[in-house]
Amino acid sequence: MNIRLISRIAVALLFARWKQTLVAAIGVTFSITMFIALLSFMSGLNNLLDGLMLNRTAHIRIFNEIKPNLHQPVHLLGEFKKRYNFIRSVKAGSSRQAIYNSGAITQVLNRDSRVRGVAPKITAPVFFNDGAIDITGVIYGIDVTAESNLFHFSEYVVSCNPLDLKNIPNSIILGEGLAAKLMAGIGDVVLVTTVTQEQFSLKVVGFFRSGVQELDKVQSFASIGTAQKILGKPVDYITDIQVKLNNMDLAPAMAKEYAQLFQADAEDIQAANAQFETGSFVRTLISYLVGITLLIVAGFGIYNILNMMIYEKMDSIAILKATGFSGRDVNLIFMTIALSIGLFGGLMGLLFGFLFSLVIDQIPFITVALPTVTTYPVDYNPVFYFIGFSFSTVTTCLAGWAPARKASGMDPVIIIRGK
Amino acid sequence: MDDAIVLQASHICKNFHDPVVVKVLDDISLTINQGEFIAITGKSGCGKSTLLYILSTMDTDYEGELSIGREIMRGKSEKQLALVRNGKIGFVFQFHYLLNEFTALENVMLPGLKLGRYKEEEVKERAMEHLRKLDVEKLADKKSNQLSGGEKQRVAIARALINDPEIIMCDEPTGNLDKKNSLIVFDIFRQLAEEHHQTLLVVTHDGDFAKKTHRIIEMGDGKIMKQ
Repeated sequence: MNIRLISRIAVALLFARWKQTLVAAIGVTFSITMFIALLSFMSGLNNLLDGLMLNRTAHIRIFNEIKPNLHQPVHLLGEFKKRYNFIRSVKAGSSRQAIYNSGAITQVLNRDSRVRGVAPKITAPVFFNDGAIDITGVIYGIDVTAESNLFHFSEYVVSCNPLDLKNIPNSIILGEGLAAKLMAGIGDVVLVTTVTQEQFSLKVVGFFRSGVQELDKVQSFASIGTAQKILGKPVDYITDIQVKLNNMDLAPAMAKEYAQLFQADAEDIQAANAQFETGSFVRTLISYLVGITLLIVAGFGIYNILNMMIYEKMDSIAILKATGFSGRDVNLIFMTIALSIGLFGGLMGLLFGFLFSLVIDQIPFITVALPTVTTYPVDYNPVFYFIGFSFSTVTTCLAGWAPARKASGMDPVIIIRGK
Repeated sequence: MDDAIVLQASHICKNFHDPVVVKVLDDISLTINQGEFIAITGKSGCGKSTLLYILSTMDTDYEGELSIGREIMRGKSEKQLALVRNGKIGFVFQFHYLLNEFTALENVMLPGLKLGRYKEEEVKERAMEHLRKLDVEKLADKKSNQLSGGEKQRVAIARALINDPEIIMCDEPTGNLDKKNSLIVFDIFRQLAEEHHQTLLVVTHDGDFAKKTHRIIEMGDGKIMKQ
C-alpha cells in the first residue's frame, strides 16, 4: 500500500517535469549506448586480432626439441658424478624429431577432462621445384577435421573445401604467396623435393591465407598420411601434438606436467605469445574506463536534476511531511524518481547499444589479411549488457542518494515559515 | 470531563539560539478539550506560530511536556511523530500548500492513503463527501493550480478532515484570502465546530475572526496574556 502510494507520488513528480526527466534519462541512455557499442566493438576487434595468432596456436605443443642429450656418459661415471663437468661441442646426434609412442600419448590426452581436443601435426621441410629454381618451404601434415575444429583451419582456406585435402590422395593446400611464386592454380600439380632428395608430385586443391604474408610464402598443408609418405616414414610418425585446453590459463602448469609424463618437450601458449595478452588487456581496460567515465557524467546529470527538483518541490516536501509522511517516505519518493530515471535510461541504453552494435556489424571491413571477415567485428557478449545495466543502476542510486537524503532531512517548519 | 482532553501542553519553553539566545516561548501551559474552537491571537513575533508548530509535533526542539490524545510526544521518533500528524492532526496553512501535480481530489486523498485505515475506494468516497460538504465537489478533478485561493483553502480543509483528526490546526487560514472567502472559511470552521464537534485551534491576527470563536488565547512576548 505504502509502496504503491510512494511510487504514485514519485511518478506524479516525474511527469510534472517530464522534459527535465527525459533529459536526465537520455543522458543515461546515451552513456549506456556508447558503453555497450564501444565494448562490443572493442571486444570484437580484440577477439579478431587475438584470433589471428591465438586461435591458430595450440595451448600446449608437445614435441621433441633438437638438442644435445642432457644425460651425457660422464655424468654417470662414479668418479665424476659429484663434480661439475664441462663438455664442449656436444652434438645433438642421436635425438629424433618424432614423438615416441604418439598413439598412446594421444589416447591419454583425449581422456584428460581438462583437454578440449588434440590435433597431431607433422612438420616436413621441403623444396618446391619451379623449373630450375628450388623454393624452400614447409609442408605441415595435419588432421583436417581436428585442425578445423580446434584451430579454425577452414576459415583461412580460400576457394576450396578443406576436406578435399583428406579426400583427394596426394593433395596439397598452398600458402597464397607460395602459390603466386609457383604460378600454381587449383588442379595443377607441384613438384616437391624432400631433404633426402626424394621427389613427389602433389595436386593443388586450394590456397591458404593466414593474414601474415611471410608465413604464406613458405607454408603449405597436406594430410598426415601424405606428409608421412613424403618423408618416407611409418604411420605412427608424428612430430607435434597440439593440445587445446578448456581453460587456457592452466597451460603453463599442464605443460610442465606433460613434459614430465611423456618425456618430451612441452611449450605453453603464454610462454610462446605473451605480448597478445597484454595488448588485449590494455585495449579492454581503456574501453571500460571510457564507458565508466560516460556513466559517471550521466550520474552527475541525474544528481543535478534531482537537486533542482528538490528546491522546486520544497513546498510539496513540507506539505507531505506536515500531513504525515515521514522522512523515510520522502527519501523513498526521491530514490524512486532517481531509480526510475536510471532503469528507464539504462534499459533504453541497452536497446540502443544493441542496435548500434548491429549497425557497426554492417559496416564493410574488407582486408586481404582476413578472408572470412567482411564487416567490422562485434562481440555480442551478454556480460557487457549486464555490466552496463548494473552500473547504470548503481550510478543512479549514488546520484539519487544525496539529494534524497537532503529532501528527507528538510524541516517543514523552516519551509513553511520561510514564506 | 477528563477523557475529553485532546491536547495538553505544560510548561513549554523555547529558545532561538541564533545569534544570541532569545526566549520565544516562556512557560506555556494549555489544555484543549474535545469540541473546542480556539483562536490564538497576538502581535507579529509574539510566538504564536512557533507554539502552533510545537503543538503540531513538527518542531521538536522545545522544553516541557506535550501530549496529544493522552500520548506523550517526547521521545517519539520522527517516524512515529509523522504517524501522529497523519492520524490525529489536520493542517490548514496560510498558503494553500496543495500538491500541484495532483488533482484536488487526490490532494484530499493522499493523507488518507498514507494512513491506510480504509481501502482506496472508501478513501475516495470519503474525500468526495468532504469536498461536497465544503461545496467544492465540482473541482475534484481539476489540478490544484487551476483553483482560486478560496477554492484551494477549502480543498485544504477537506484534506485536513480526511482522517477524522482529533484536532485541526490552522496557521492564519484567512491571512491570504479576501473578505468574502474569509467569511466562507470561517463559516466552515464554525459549522465543523458546532455541528460536528470538531476541535479547532486557529492561529490568527485577524481580531474579527478571533472574536467569533469560542475561546481566545492572547499571547504576547512568548507568554499567554489572557485566556
